[in-house]
Amino acid sequence: MAYAIKAENVSIRYMTGDFKDIGLKEYVLRRLTHNYNVHEFWADKGVTFELQPGDMLGIIGANGAGKSTLLKAVSGIMIPTEGWVDVKGRIAALLELASGFDNDLTVRENAYLRGALLGYTREFMNERYDDIIEFAELQDFQERRFKQLSSGMKSRLAFSIACLVEPDILILDEVLSVGDGAFRKKSENKMRNILASGVTAILVSHTIGQVRDMSNKVLWLDKGKQICFSEEVELVCDAYEEFLATKKVPHSWEDIEQLAEDFTVRQEKKRAEKAKTEQQKLVEKLRKTNANVAKAAIEEYLREAEEEAETE
Amino acid sequence: MNIKESYVTKVIRTLREHQFMFEELVKRDFKQKYKRTVLGMAWSVLSPLLTLLVMRVVFTRFFGRDTPHYTTYLFAGNLMFSYFRESTNGGMQSLMSNASIFTKINVPKYMFLLSKNVSAVINFGLTLIVFFVFVAIDRVSFKPTMFAIIFPIITMSIFNIGVGMILSALFVFFRDTQYLYDVFLTLLTYLSAIFYTIDRFPAKIQRVFLLNPVFCNIKYIRVVVIDGNLPSPMFHLLLLAYAVTALTIGGLIYKKFNTQFLYYV
Repeated sequence: MAYAIKAENVSIRYMTGDFKDIGLKEYVLRRLTHNYNVHEFWADKGVTFELQPGDMLGIIGANGAGKSTLLKAVSGIMIPTEGWVDVKGRIAALLELASGFDNDLTVRENAYLRGALLGYTREFMNERYDDIIEFAELQDFQERRFKQLSSGMKSRLAFSIACLVEPDILILDEVLSVGDGAFRKKSENKMRNILASGVTAILVSHTIGQVRDMSNKVLWLDKGKQICFSEEVELVCDAYEEFLATKKVPHSWEDIEQLAEDFTVRQEKKRAEKAKTEQQKLVEKLRKTNANVAKAAIEEYLREAEEEAETE
Repeated sequence: MNIKESYVTKVIRTLREHQFMFEELVKRDFKQKYKRTVLGMAWSVLSPLLTLLVMRVVFTRFFGRDTPHYTTYLFAGNLMFSYFRESTNGGMQSLMSNASIFTKINVPKYMFLLSKNVSAVINFGLTLIVFFVFVAIDRVSFKPTMFAIIFPIITMSIFNIGVGMILSALFVFFRDTQYLYDVFLTLLTYLSAIFYTIDRFPAKIQRVFLLNPVFCNIKYIRVVVIDGNLPSPMFHLLLLAYAVTALTIGGLIYKKFNTQFLYYV
């Protein structure tokens, strides 16, 4: 079957060490005195996956697992140090949206600039500009300088421009958490609409519920290494949640199944515990009610006794 | 040669594809530069005029007496040198100041440099008009060779783009490039014979001046505007060679490090 995205053994290396801050003079000196040290750091190591058109891939992993770097490789911003990524179709990447705007330009100017950078045509922007502003709810701010906007407004504009495309492949890096509650709901709906139209998508999210909800494939990265790539989203997500709790890194599929099982056991236990506490609460309540009833009965009895004494 | 030509056509094709992006970038750079002030544009012409005025007052005593049309001579030097300085300084910043864009969106990186250069060219054009006003005031008679001024303008622009590419790449890797280049520019000002003539140097040293591309471009303008001669074909070739060399080196650096810039920003 024809694939939409295929990544084969993708490894990406960062160099860290002396060069960045020392400057040219110091660099030459250190080179001459053999005092120049560079360390390599693999942000991703041997990542392999393949997506068919219409697939929705969730990428999970703790901070620094190499998720964002991998997305940069898929969207063509970075070239893998080793291995390759092949992408078929027009790609739209929604990565850390709010940066890259110019503070001195107005909302309108920034919208056009961003549209241009994303590869839209001027005609397209002319046509859709009003929709963008309306969706971002910035009608009253169009001629404002960008620096006068709140950061929520900026991300709203960024999101509105970026999700206008009709891409074949959509990459979402933590973008479903933009703006205030109302806007977040709106943007999530928008995303669901786009996804429902049959695009291939990659989603990075720290909200594991979103991944369970939306993905049909899942890729788990840990410190750059690929733990697994699987279609059993629920199982892997279970294992991942167990991993988050215990920090046990699985090394094989059996490990993952074990983790998932542990997770289910833990969930069961939790549920049992919860049920238990519920039960206790109920008993307590009953006891209290009983006590109250008894108390009322006693009071009633005492009052009646008193009344009787009075009549006598 | 064949490979290079295809590379050039590729660049032109990308430019056409990204025309909208390019226009918006140019607009942005322009607004950034002048901050929508009334004086903004005028200032960019006024400031070289001020430099010119000071130099005219100070140096006429020392060099002006035996240099015909000294004002024009000075202005030609200032004109080209400030074009070089502005264009390469802007070019140097172009990658770093747009880092937040090209680390998130896949765009051809030389677009930032080219758009920065457009505003430098426009500034240069304005100053050029003032230059010819001064040429008239200085009573330099009109000569048909003046039209040849277009040649050094083209070679200078290409040279500027090439140097800008080299510097912008260096600036990504080494943050002190800015300061080093500042020092270098100051030295180059004195080595470019902007306010003095090189006639008094021995012939050997006069030839050393030809190693300075900025000086060569200045010299060309002086020859066609003041002397009314056309420089030799060899001199044309020299200017062209400087421009193409700078652009080639810059292009190769961009090609080689294109995907590596974002590791360093």
